[in-house]
Amino acid sequence: MSATLPQFENHDQQEHKYTTCYMCACRCGIKVTLEGEEIRFIQGNKNHPINKGVLCAKGNAGIMKQNSPAKLTQPMMRKKGAERGQSDFEPVSWDVALDYLTERLAKIRKTDPKKLAFFTGRDQMQALTGFWATQFGTINWAAHGGFCSVNMAAGGLYTIGHAFWEFGDPDWEHTKYFMLWGVAEDHSSNPIKIGLEKIKRRGAKFVSINPVRTGYQAIADEWVPIKPGTDAMLALSMVHVLLKNDLFDWEFIVRYTNSPYLVLNTPGEAGDGMFYRDADDKPQAWDMEKECFVDANLADTKPALFGEYTTPEGKAVKTAFTAIAETYLSDDYAPENAAKITGVDAETIERMALEMAHVAFEETIEINCEWTDWAGRKHDKFIGRPVSMHAMRGIAAHSNGFQSCRAIHILQVLLGSVDVPGGHLAKPPFPRHVVPPIKPAKPQAAGEPLKSPPLGFPTSPEDLVIDDDGNPLRIDKAYSWEAPIANHGLMHMVITNAVNGDPYPIDTLILFMANMSWNSTMNTSNVRDMLCAKDANGDYKLPFLVVADAFHSEMTAFADLVLPDTTYLERYDTISILDRPISEPHAVCDAIRAPIVDTGRDVRSWQEVLVDLATRLDFPAFKNEDGSAKYKDYKDFIINYEKAPGMGFLAGWRGKDGDKSLRGEPNPKQWEAYVENECFFEYHLPPEHRYYRFANKGYLEFAKEAGFIGKDDPIVMELYSESLQKFRLAGQGLYDGPQPSNEFDKQRLREYFTPFPEYYKPLEQEQTSSEEYPFFAITQRPMMMYHSWDSQNAWLRQILAQNFMYMNRAKAESMGIADMSWIWLESKTGKIRVQVKLMEGVEENTLWTWNAIGKQKGAWGLKTDANEANDGFLLNHLINEHLPEKDGSRPITNSDPVTGQAAWYDLQVKVYPAQEGEVGTWPTFDAIKSLPNAKQSVDKLQYHTHEPVGLHRSLKDIIMRGDTKGSK
Amino acid sequence: MKLGLVIDLDTCVGCNACAVACKQWNTSGTTGPLSDLEPYGKDPTGVWFNRIRNYEVGEYPDNKTVHFPMSCMHCEDAACVTVCPTGASYKREEDGIVLVDQDKCMGCNYCAWACPYGARELDREQGVMKKCTLCVDRIYDENLPEDERQPACVLTCPSHARYFGDFDDPNSEVSVISRERNGESLMPEMGYQPVNKYLPPRAKTKVQTYVNDTNPISKVKDWVNRLVTR
Repeated sequence: MSATLPQFENHDQQEHKYTTCYMCACRCGIKVTLEGEEIRFIQGNKNHPINKGVLCAKGNAGIMKQNSPAKLTQPMMRKKGAERGQSDFEPVSWDVALDYLTERLAKIRKTDPKKLAFFTGRDQMQALTGFWATQFGTINWAAHGGFCSVNMAAGGLYTIGHAFWEFGDPDWEHTKYFMLWGVAEDHSSNPIKIGLEKIKRRGAKFVSINPVRTGYQAIADEWVPIKPGTDAMLALSMVHVLLKNDLFDWEFIVRYTNSPYLVLNTPGEAGDGMFYRDADDKPQAWDMEKECFVDANLADTKPALFGEYTTPEGKAVKTAFTAIAETYLSDDYAPENAAKITGVDAETIERMALEMAHVAFEETIEINCEWTDWAGRKHDKFIGRPVSMHAMRGIAAHSNGFQSCRAIHILQVLLGSVDVPGGHLAKPPFPRHVVPPIKPAKPQAAGEPLKSPPLGFPTSPEDLVIDDDGNPLRIDKAYSWEAPIANHGLMHMVITNAVNGDPYPIDTLILFMANMSWNSTMNTSNVRDMLCAKDANGDYKLPFLVVADAFHSEMTAFADLVLPDTTYLERYDTISILDRPISEPHAVCDAIRAPIVDTGRDVRSWQEVLVDLATRLDFPAFKNEDGSAKYKDYKDFIINYEKAPGMGFLAGWRGKDGDKSLRGEPNPKQWEAYVENECFFEYHLPPEHRYYRFANKGYLEFAKEAGFIGKDDPIVMELYSESLQKFRLAGQGLYDGPQPSNEFDKQRLREYFTPFPEYYKPLEQEQTSSEEYPFFAITQRPMMMYHSWDSQNAWLRQILAQNFMYMNRAKAESMGIADMSWIWLESKTGKIRVQVKLMEGVEENTLWTWNAIGKQKGAWGLKTDANEANDGFLLNHLINEHLPEKDGSRPITNSDPVTGQAAWYDLQVKVYPAQEGEVGTWPTFDAIKSLPNAKQSVDKLQYHTHEPVGLHRSLKDIIMRGDTKGSK
Repeated sequence: MKLGLVIDLDTCVGCNACAVACKQWNTSGTTGPLSDLEPYGKDPTGVWFNRIRNYEVGEYPDNKTVHFPMSCMHCEDAACVTVCPTGASYKREEDGIVLVDQDKCMGCNYCAWACPYGARELDREQGVMKKCTLCVDRIYDENLPEDERQPACVLTCPSHARYFGDFDDPNSEVSVISRERNGESLMPEMGYQPVNKYLPPRAKTKVQTYVNDTNPISKVKDWVNRLVTR
């Protein structure tokens, strides 16, 4: 240290530990400096593949999460005689809590396991919770993807075999044109920011498609304010322009997609729209050289991309791409028509398409590298089309989100920009074969584990989880005719369905880390009433509710049993490739969390509790042949559990001596190895395995060996989805298998299960008068807050403690609405009073607000006068979990009709000024009572880990240099 | 030496990482703690050395959103130092960092009034003025790994919008990048000679459109199949 400066930090009293951040789902590596028991500093780990040393605002505020007065401190049960929702709890010991729960669950498991519904919020341990549910034998398990972004995962996995965010990334190193669709500030956090800087430095163009200009869009070269829910039309209109101009990657499409497959063109007959197959069930193509039908997947054929033929059986067939091109060439998708729907003018649509074509085809890049394709042919370079895209919730949270996501992928495929240099890259264990070969579980006899995980990927009506009469078997109606490929379940429907006994009542609902009585539910007020609803006997319609969480959220008050979790700095945890991976495009990665600080409370990690419960409940996978417990705790389970021989939760340091990667027998010292290596594992792919992985022999063989895929056949991208067509045929009454009996279900299958995406209006908008409700209302995601996780954070809430409703300035002024005034927002479901801010950066027909800032009084350790509870608000009150009823329809979920994704962003509202004197947010709710032994929420904070070592100015300096002039 | 920051307005997305990293480091730093009032109540406030201002420029649809991080500019002719009645505020001779001697400051607020950049904050609990120290307690700390001897805001910035260095060295990264990208001082007309520089947004990237000479396709039959080997 400079001789003139004192020693500011006593490093001898400090130690550094590494773990994985959990202030959001980005999962960056962090280096934590401790001073005694206290956290001095949390910084990004510069060696970590995700964040490479940087850290966002949330990550930097981890100290205040750890210090939050809202941390739950002990297990609690609702007091005898107390009403649910009143927050009248008595502390109990873990033994009492778990004995009680075990007894209750054992009874359910023995009689009717689906009476346990287990839904988890924003967790990243779905491999464990799903396995637990499978062993319990309940089909009623899902994580939160149904109200988050299942449309993106499903849209990708049913089209290209990977997807956006967790399953893929733009090739930031090479891309020259980056198009960002919709709000993405929450997913992902640091990697996108790192990437945006890279492309701006390189001079790549950044285009942002979003009704709102904040966050990432602020630095876009071009901002395209689009009407919410019309993205599919924009994408497909750009496809129209590419086709019109004959600008698409012909070779890429013929070689790597199912576009040349022949499709039966027999409208009105069974089998229409299905692939024409030979006797061995192999899809056929027309070989132009041999002039005959050939196996469409054979190498070295010369398949026709366009054409109509007649089969020897006399059936009319045409190539899939013929059908696709016919549709998208039509005037429906012409820019002039798209402009009317999207609000983006025709010239802009055409120009963007032609710009991307220029970059893809005139600014092609080549990376010299020898690689071998799936058929054993050698290549000496990777050809790259450097156009890349990213999309998340802005696309997902609409009821046309699945097909919109597919539309974006189709645009990428036409440009030849999937898993090529400069394009959209897969992240291992992706790509996977389209569609991944896991089917959703069907119920088993009581006491038996399920034969497959509760969630999977249906490819035909036979895979639905329905009874013989076609009624849903799952509590959330996932995999029923209402949401046939609901791959992440419909968490947003569980409470409503269970309380209504539709399709049946349940006994116990376990919610982990999910705020289902507040910002994670639709129709919040009503759902809160339902949680307390009683039947004629005075019993709760939802008999028993378990809430597991680390913090005192709005949900806790409704619990019958509260199981307090640890914070991310207090526990062992895995970020597994069996789960939601953190791999980078060119490296297989996973990570752990290791405790940094003691809990100091009577809390247990949910991971630990699940392993304990599994053992108490005698799950077969958790006991030895002699009936003794197989795993002593969570750490032991993670080390020794093998999904397949040599494959476990953690891919690093496997093998008895820890010298094997990806696969190898259990290593008893695996946790220690991770801790020594800064808590993450990274396996770099060799250069020849980095691109074209869907058809890259070396990579495919590696991926099979690693257990990522079950076979090393090439991954054929599905522009045309035969799986969707099967459901559509079921809707047409032409399917040789299960078909819906209800006309309403049939119509939805016919309209929305098109084998390639077609634009349709979001369902709520279809059923709502746009004259009466002329505005769209959506949320955006602030970069300094994550959902509701951190609104209790003493530092972050100084940046954002109140959300406003933002509105286009000129539009608002034309309606007599003034900046900062109070307005009413009204939908078909309800109304809210909110404070408005006027701005330029929002599309004229759109209002928006920050997500999940509004809080209930008394929650999250906030005082009752907190801005979040008095001025902040939720849009959720306006959004119904059911669609407006059509003639003759039953209540239908307000979700994507394909995937069941919650359609948060379909909301339509009207807006009018509040009356004189009407101020403050409405509705408000009574303050939640404080919990037993809750930590006091202080009036002031002066956080520091040591007394400051001050710098002093000498008297001489003051005399000699009275002001700065002397210093020059 | 003339130490200071360069802030790149072309890549700043307004995420507030720098602001919170600063808060986190400095609350246990040389002028800590940075007090917070009503941290869980109405209108929470606290001492921050670095705040992100947000602006819009232009009218819809030709508007632009600007995120503008503001902290001490470490002015060469710092008004806050000139007005300080106790000599607590000073500019270090050796590196130009403007600091406040916490023991000499009486919290009179003159410096906050004098500073046109809003860089000084009164810690009401402690009755003294506080401000950005350029992490003087990091940048010279030889017990930190060399690449971490940077202000916390620079280390953490996810969009690499912040640089730290010596403007007296013409070959330093901050000098070079300020030259190359026409780095600007904020409100130079005030005459305080702020050291920190802001890099204006780069010129918008223009991409050519593909120009097609062939007749547009209007129906599927217009295409002639190409021989492509699968």
